[in-house]
Formats: sequence, structure tokens, C-alpha cells
Amino acid sequence: MKYLSEYRDPDMARALVDRIRRSATRRWTLMEVCGGQTHTIVKQGIHEVLGEAVEMIHGPGCPVCVTPLEQIDRALHLAARPDVIFTSFGDMLRVPGSECDLLAIKARGGNVRVVYSPLDAVEIARKNPDKEVVFFAVGFETTAPANAMAVWRARELGVENFSVLVSHVTVPPAMVAILEDPENRVQGFLAAGHVCTIMGWEEYEPLAERYRVPIVVTGFEPLDILEGIWMAIRQLEDGRHEVENQYVRSVRREGNRSAQKLVTTVFELVDRGWRGIGTIPGSGLGLRSEFAPYDAERKFGLEGIRAEESRDCHAGEVLKGQLKPYECPAFGGLCTPERPLGAPMVSSEGACAAYYNFGRMKAGTVTAS
Amino acid sequence: MSATSTLRSSALQGVACPTPVVDHAKVLLGHGSGGKLSAQLLRDRFLPRFGNRYLEALGDGARVPVEGTEIVVSTDTFVVSPLEFPGGNIGHLAVHGTVNDLAMMGAVPRYLSAGFVLEEGLDMAVLDRVLDAMAETAAACGVEIVTGDTKVVDRGKADGLYVNTTGVGFLSEAFRPSPDLARPGDSILVSGPLGRHGMAIMAVREGLSFDADIESDTASLSPLVTSLRESVGEGVRCLRDATRGGLASALNEIASASGVGVELAGSVPVPPPVEAACEMLGLDPLYVANEGVMVAFVAPEAEARALAAMRAHPVGEHATKVGRVVPEHPGMVVLRTALGGTRVVDMLPGDQLPRIC
Repeated sequence: MKYLSEYRDPDMARALVDRIRRSATRRWTLMEVCGGQTHTIVKQGIHEVLGEAVEMIHGPGCPVCVTPLEQIDRALHLAARPDVIFTSFGDMLRVPGSECDLLAIKARGGNVRVVYSPLDAVEIARKNPDKEVVFFAVGFETTAPANAMAVWRARELGVENFSVLVSHVTVPPAMVAILEDPENRVQGFLAAGHVCTIMGWEEYEPLAERYRVPIVVTGFEPLDILEGIWMAIRQLEDGRHEVENQYVRSVRREGNRSAQKLVTTVFELVDRGWRGIGTIPGSGLGLRSEFAPYDAERKFGLEGIRAEESRDCHAGEVLKGQLKPYECPAFGGLCTPERPLGAPMVSSEGACAAYYNFGRMKAGTVTAS
Repeated sequence: MSATSTLRSSALQGVACPTPVVDHAKVLLGHGSGGKLSAQLLRDRFLPRFGNRYLEALGDGARVPVEGTEIVVSTDTFVVSPLEFPGGNIGHLAVHGTVNDLAMMGAVPRYLSAGFVLEEGLDMAVLDRVLDAMAETAAACGVEIVTGDTKVVDRGKADGLYVNTTGVGFLSEAFRPSPDLARPGDSILVSGPLGRHGMAIMAVREGLSFDADIESDTASLSPLVTSLRESVGEGVRCLRDATRGGLASALNEIASASGVGVELAGSVPVPPPVEAACEMLGLDPLYVANEGVMVAFVAPEAEARALAAMRAHPVGEHATKVGRVVPEHPGMVVLRTALGGTRVVDMLPGDQLPRIC
């Protein structure tokens, strides 16, 4: 497929793997920030072929995984209301809240619909004036412009039965939280290419400087990721700590100014909880007061819905790379992909789920031989 | 009981982020996905009540004794929205689905029954087209529709129409492929490119358009099985059509039933438009439904003959080897990536859901 297969060429990938292994004089620890990158790494087995050269820590950049339990519970509460049509991206439907997930609410009669664009949700609101239509606005800076556009458009069209349940998060504060942790092990980052397509990389420059850590803006195909790893390793070996751009076909330093403008018009920075990590100050986006009528939390008075995460779950330490998933006391016993306690076991490419499956495979080898 | 298909949900499949499976007080759409939830439903609710040695074999149909010989019986229910889609309609599926299930058991399909639930208000023209498709398809497959039933329900109580078909097929000689017969060393062959049916349905339902139309692959696999029987015979260990849950689920079922590991190596055949659609929606073609693709496990020495037999038919002209059976990791399917890494290709809990990230 044009513009994809070029970045999946196995011979070039193997050449890059060789180059990485040759240029690393020691084992380096890198974090890929974005869930999409983790997906490629796990799907292609990139973490395995790198051998001793690099340890990849899967970062907190999967919006499905980091959406706090509390927001999931609020979504479930709304979706169960008979006057509500609850709209969401597909993969939020199976995220477990305190008691169940959106698919279960749907089976009990809730009107839950998958949309591919938040603007579709605005359309549903226009066509169903007797219903309240709520869109679950989750994600990082990548999905924020489209979600902002939906709110903007609803106001422009005077659609009053539309609101958004916002759980937006932003990348840089999460990176700071990881770097500020006294037990941090991450020595370099692959920044999320799509986030930077919107935001550019100016905001990462002070981070690279202050924490003396290489940051490479990286794409999502196997060759992108391998090249990003190689660029980060080369910086580490040279003792440099700069922001470099691997994803040149998509990202400019200043990002997409008009998308940024739309986001700052509709949203403002707020403190936001991250599943498994806790609240990170200034790490989220919330609706500005002039868009309050479109804020589902206010419209439906959801502030009272609170949730506690399991104390047995050490997801925060896993996400920061301080604990290997199998070192968690709950791993594989209390916590499995079928009954996950925390985000990294919820996601099929989450660190815990990836280790769980890989471990099953290795255990099988031992049994059979 | 065959794993009857719920085509309504089978188009929505792929690598999804969150994957919990818990006990549910209500039936979920995911219970019809062909993944872990479907297996759980069967294991916890149906098998304990109906269990017997024929059912517990969990084949695509049952081989039952009749006066000193054996026949195969299989049943399948078809619910698909929209009723008509590029490449066919629900009538084609209703005949091909049961014919294929009989063929996967090694039988030559002979007779079908057809039961219809019609919704008040359904256009007669649509019904005519569905019945025409069934008549033509049955004739082409060499089966007769010998009994049937119709019921009509209130408007809004059904999605246009539902069809159940039950089929009877005859076995010949010693040809008894079965999901529990895979052995280390066996070659794993796929009869054609993957993902066309699921993505054709999804494209229509979601209003997606691509450079080239994606057509459903609905087709009879019976001629392929006949050729395999004639040219390979007992060298054929297991056959399974890769319907809902896709190739990944079919392989997992066989790996479990046989207690062996499956290793996929190299690439699986996916048509470019299907690949493009899957990329766009964040779905994995390994889990997308097919209606005219089967996987065959054959003894290593029979591989070349089996491939030649399949490629002799238009529906199998792109047949190819996708992997082999290994003694390691019993019950699991592992993909060797082009880079030399590995990836566990697990059963999905429910339907594949489009991804955000």
C-alpha cells in the first residue's frame, strides 16, 4: 500500500536493527510515549529483535488506558440514562468501570453508538432533538482539535442537546511526571508523531534541555520506530540531548497552528487524573467557561461520581518503568486480561497484557519440551 | 452444534485496546463474535445442558451414525445488515455457510432446510432477490432445499429477515478431517485472500468508500474439499472455514482442540483495499470475517499436492501456505513477524472495535 509498505520493508528494518545493535555500547532504556507506537512494537515484535541494545518501556500514551476510572463511571452513568444517546470511539466501549463497561450498558438498553468522528455525534444530536447526545471526548492532543470542532460546530448550529464528557490529556506534563520521579529509569523518549503533527515540538525543547534527555519525534510504522530508536541511541552515545524529528513527512516544528488555535479557543488546561498514575497538575484539557453549556459533567451534575482504583494494582510503577509487570503481586493472579485491575492489563498492547501473553507462550515451550 | 454465525457483529473486528471478559447478566453483542465470549457462552450454558459426544467434538457440524454409516448435520443462522451488499446477499450466505460447514467436516453436502423469520413490511422485491440467490446458489452447490418454514413478526422486531439453514451431507471413504487431528510438522494452508466479507459489510454500513470496491468473498468451498479428498485423502488433518472471528479464531480453535502450537510465518494474503480499510479503522484482517476462505492443516508430505488441488479452482487460485504446526506453546497461535520477532495471536474476547490510537 502506497505510503505504508515503504515503511514496513523487512530488509531495511533488519538493517536498522543491526545498526542499532552495533551503535549501542551499553543497554539504553527508552520510552515510546504513544499507544500507537506500542501497538507497532508489540505487533512486529520489535522489542524482541533489539536484544540487549535497548529496553523499551511502554509509555502512558494510550488514551483508552489512562482515562481515569471515575470518568468511565460517569460515562456509564450517562449511557444508562433513558434520555441519552451516548456516542464514543469504538475502543472505549470495553474499558471496565467500577462495575461494568459500555457494552454491558448497551445490552441493558442503553443507547450507545460508535462514531468515527465527533462531528457525527453532532449530527446525531440534530436528528434526535428529543434526546441528549453526549460524546466521550477522550484522547491526547491528536483528537483534541476534532473534538473542539464538534463543540464549536454545535454552538454555531445552536444544537443545545449536544454535550461532551471530556477526559482529554496532554503529553508533556506526563513526561515531566515520569522524569521528576526519583526512581525514573527512562533515558530517552520517542515522542508521539501524531500529537506533534498538531502541537509541533517547541514545547519539548525545554524538557530535553532541563532533564538532559533526548526526545525524538517518531512515526508509527516499523521503520519509523526503528529509525527513532536509532536516532535516540545515537544521541545517548554522543552525550547529546536534543529534540530531533524522525517523522519529517508529517511534523513541522511549529505544528498545525490553526488546529492549536481551535483547541485553545474551546479548551483550557486543567488538572487531570490518569488511570494508574494519579492526578497530574495541568495535564488535561477541559472546556472553557464560555462552552460550559456543552460540558456533560455540569449539564448532568456528575461531580459526585467518584471511584477508587484497586490498591493491589501497581500500574503507575509499571507505566513509569520502575516495575516489570511480572514483579507486581497481582500479575497473572488477581489481574489478568480477562479481569484486569489496571490499565496496562486492559489494553491488548498494554505492558502487562503483552507480558502476560508472552509469558504464556514461554511457559508453553517449557511444558512441551 | 456448529459455531453459528452472527454476521451482524462479525464485521466489527480487530486488535482492540481493552479486553476484559467477565460474567454477564445480559447477552452482549460480543457473545456472537466468535471470540472468547462466544466460547464462554457455549461452554457455560449450552454444553452443560445439551452435552453429548457429537456436540462436544465442537466441529463445524456433527457426524452422527445412521444405519451403519455416518452422515453430517450442521446448522447456521444468518443475520446480516444490510441484507444486500457488494458481492451477494443474505441468501448466498445462508446456502454457502451451511454447505461450507458440511464440507469442513469432510462431507458432500446434499440437502438443506431453510427457516425464515420475516419482518412485517419487508419489500417483496428484496425477499425475491434473496430467494433467487438461495435457489441459484443451492443449484450450483448441488444441494436441494427440501423443507422449510416461514414466520412473520411485527415491524421493528427483526432486521428485515433472518434465515436458518440446516444441512445434511454424506461422508465417503475414510475422509474424516477433524479439529483435533493437527500434529507437529503439519503445513497450514489458506485457500484465498482474507477479510473481504467483513470489510465489504463494514464499508457499506459505515458509508466508507475506497478506490476499489470490496466485495464479499461468499463462495462454496465444497469443490476444494472434494479435490483435497481425491488428491490428498487422509493427509488432510483439519479443515475450518475462517468465518466470524477470522483466520485467527479458526487457528486458535484448532490449536486448542489438537493441543499443538500454531506458528504463522511470513505474510498472510490480504487484498490491498481490505488492507487499506483495516488500516484506516485500526482493525486487524486476521480477525475479520470471511465467507469463502478456509484453512487446511495437511501432512507435510501432502503440502504440494494440497496446494495444487486448491489452486485448480477459481475460489482457491490464491491458496498459499501461511504456517506450520509446532510442538511448542500448545493451544497458542504465534506469528513470526517479518522482523524476526514474535506476536501472540490470541482469540479476541468479543468483537473487534475500531481504535482511537
